[in-house]
Amino acid sequence: MYKVKVFVTLRESVLDPQGTVVKNSLHSMNYSEVSDVRIGKYMELTVEKSDRPVEEAVKEMCERLLANVVIEDYRFEIEEAVTQ
Amino acid sequence: MKFAVIVFPGSNCDIDMYHAVKDELGAEAEYVWHDAESLDTYDGILLPGGFSYGDYLRSGAVARFSNVMKEVVKAAEAGKPVLGVCNGFQILLEAGLLPGAMRRNDSLKFICRTVELKVENNETIFSSSYEKGEVINIPIAHGEGNYYCDEATLETLKANNQIVFTYNETNPNGSLENIAGIVNKKGNVLGMMPHPERAVDELLGGADGLKLFQSIVKQWREAHVVNA
Repeated sequence: MYKVKVFVTLRESVLDPQGTVVKNSLHSMNYSEVSDVRIGKYMELTVEKSDRPVEEAVKEMCERLLANVVIEDYRFEIEEAVTQ
Repeated sequence: MKFAVIVFPGSNCDIDMYHAVKDELGAEAEYVWHDAESLDTYDGILLPGGFSYGDYLRSGAVARFSNVMKEVVKAAEAGKPVLGVCNGFQILLEAGLLPGAMRRNDSLKFICRTVELKVENNETIFSSSYEKGEVINIPIAHGEGNYYCDEATLETLKANNQIVFTYNETNPNGSLENIAGIVNKKGNVLGMMPHPERAVDELLGGADGLKLFQSIVKQWREAHVVNA
């Protein structure tokens, strides 16, 4: 069994209005060292082992549903979960 | 001409859409549930606004994989008119029937008011009853109507005259190039954020949306009815 962590954010080229608001708020709190904020989504998937390589399956899930690659980037981390 | 009004869990403009084509336009219409197996008996497909599947993950992302969408793709490929309004537009984008994607409004606010649209292209099956450059009043009601596509796609949209409606002068949501509605290359799939089905009777504040539905029926009659 695998624990998969998926991170989805708006692409660099796409303006992130929420991120801009949060950045401005941090600036108003005197955190002037913050130069950019991107807001995204974090998903945790529990995936059973199968014949198919887990990386390949998760990549396909990201491309087809979890992210919209027109405006979003994704990355994921896969950990093998210890079964009891 | 018989229309299918597709109903997803969370659609909330389906009754307005049905009313517009059935009562105001006088065409045939039926509600079709999202798990329907076939749309073969319908001549036109309408995807109404709302919050299908609660807008979970992204607007339209889940609805796009519902059973009926395979049939919507089939209908689009067969050249039948397919109209997606608001959430319907978002679903068409997610399904890849139209290029681009929706971002949240640049104000981060849900906007619900009547706006001016400019008819950029009146040579589509959806806009032939309007004049080119005509300014019409149609309500918008959305939180994610900020259209985006990359530069190459935008060039293609312009080159093929696929931008049908733009917001006139004032851009309410940050949408690229003021885009409010686009068609596919073939011209039989239209997605638009504004709600023409909410502007079909002067009693409701305006009837500028009715011509859109009249255009569809006019074209269909010319193609399918002898001596029309």
